[in-house]
Amino acid sequence: MRPNQQPDGGRSKGVSWQSQLLLLAALAAAAAVTIYALWPRPTWSEPELATLRGLWLGSLPPLPADPSNQYADDAQAAALGHQLFFDTRFSGNGQVACATCHLPALDFQDGRHLAQGMGQVDMRTMPLMGVAYSPWLFWDGRKDSLWAQALGPLENPVEHGGSRVQFVHLLAEHYRPEYEAIFGPLPDLSHLPPTGGPIDNLAAQTAWQSMSRADQQMANQIFANMGKAIAAYERLLLPGPARFDAYVAAVLAGDERTAATIFTPDEVAGLRLFMGRGSCIDCHNGPLLTNNDFHNTGVPARPDLPVPMGRALGVHRLLADEFNCLGRYSDAAPTDCGELRFISIGSHQMAYQFKPPSLRNVAERPPYMHAGQIATLAAVIEHYNQAPAAPLGHTEIEPLGLTDQEKAQLLAFLHTLTGPINADARWLAPPP
Amino acid sequence: MRKRYYGWVAGGLLLLLVVAATAVVIHRNRTPDELDMSTSKLSESGLYRVAIIPAVEPVPINQMHSWTLEVLTADGQPVEDAVIGVNGDMPQHRHGMPTRPQVTANLGHGRYLVEGLRFQMGGWWVMEFEISSPGRHDRVAFNLMLQR
Repeated sequence: MRPNQQPDGGRSKGVSWQSQLLLLAALAAAAAVTIYALWPRPTWSEPELATLRGLWLGSLPPLPADPSNQYADDAQAAALGHQLFFDTRFSGNGQVACATCHLPALDFQDGRHLAQGMGQVDMRTMPLMGVAYSPWLFWDGRKDSLWAQALGPLENPVEHGGSRVQFVHLLAEHYRPEYEAIFGPLPDLSHLPPTGGPIDNLAAQTAWQSMSRADQQMANQIFANMGKAIAAYERLLLPGPARFDAYVAAVLAGDERTAATIFTPDEVAGLRLFMGRGSCIDCHNGPLLTNNDFHNTGVPARPDLPVPMGRALGVHRLLADEFNCLGRYSDAAPTDCGELRFISIGSHQMAYQFKPPSLRNVAERPPYMHAGQIATLAAVIEHYNQAPAAPLGHTEIEPLGLTDQEKAQLLAFLHTLTGPINADARWLAPPP
Repeated sequence: MRKRYYGWVAGGLLLLLVVAATAVVIHRNRTPDELDMSTSKLSESGLYRVAIIPAVEPVPINQMHSWTLEVLTADGQPVEDAVIGVNGDMPQHRHGMPTRPQVTANLGHGRYLVEGLRFQMGGWWVMEFEISSPGRHDRVAFNLMLQR
């Protein structure tokens, strides 16, 4: 209505032109804000895309070299390691092999709360997929190479329960040609006692002490070579792409339509929580979803076992280990041992710290934590949501305040991390 | 009365929308608290001008790498005889670095090799250097914001 058509004219001319202009401006602004708010935006921002790329399996670098093991990438060594891995003769009772606890069908772990060898171990079996990427082995990182790690359980009374001199004899008896093709001729072993090793077994300990230093070193070298062959095999056990990786590949390609067919909205929301408010990514980062460091997250201790010291003890056991990177059985030059040269020791923060495992295939392997204390993944999320005080030392986490819906979303996301083992099928079964 | 009423409503609506739009824009572009992210700065008491030169950029997580540290006097002369301590910390977390980085070589011209750096998570880090040369002790800290 135009003002000059107002019937009463004069002072009351209806809405002034200023007001009309203002109203028009308000409507235009409202329209602009609405369009801005509703304009379709990509699901992920540029920084978030960079984070997603970092978690993606496609970002996994080539296997790092192991300068401490010159046979690490030797095919013959891997074949021998494969045989040793499944051979139960290498134990105190003839019934325990590496594969007893590291079952190929279960991602090379056993699904038990605590590992069971010749006796009950006080820790949960760790999975092996992608293990060669880790600078530290065991929950407390008391070993710094895969080959040195493999030697530990062999002499642990509750695992294989054997001794290194016993293993040296077994190797000569059953694998002489394979061994000699890789490591050269075996020396004369006939004068060595049948068992022996600097271990928690009086007979083996006494026999070990009766040996000359040269014979001890000879046995150590053959024992170390056994570990190097097993390590060459374990290096071949790599993770394959999970649904998560297909989702990230689609997102990185800018194909939101395909991405939406791979992940449900709840899984997307769970991933966002994983990267954001959940802070999961702080420790579970990189394509293997672990930072390979050590953290105290206040996991309740088992009431039936002493509270383990975690990294606080592991670091000292590592430094004292004759099979570490700087030891005489390592093939590395001291300058190659960067992790040991710059190792952090003696920090009060190390009590009850354990290594965060890779989250790849995490949904497939309950129970969780270093001693299987938490039965389900949902309960693990609840643990992080509540962040209880640590039984020893200080927890590094704080309560998350996630709602039930958010916890369910995070759980849904963790189920997308399941993928196959990326290894030739022959490595996933006992040797013929 | 009617036209006045329209004017107020329109003005109020406009104001509300401007505020809302501003809030939306600010929320979408939220950044962490302002930190001094410079890689070259004067030490706390102004005795040294120090620069960090990471060998890998952007500074990675979970990768052992080295930095070069350049130490000059405040007026730009290289400090050739410094003894340097290194410490890394995450102020918002209850931990520092997983490694114990050290100066392993004096490269000359005021440059020092710092080896053994590894950061285990993204976020805000503070790298501190305690620098001593005869008669002069000072401290300098650099902020890092690492990609998660």
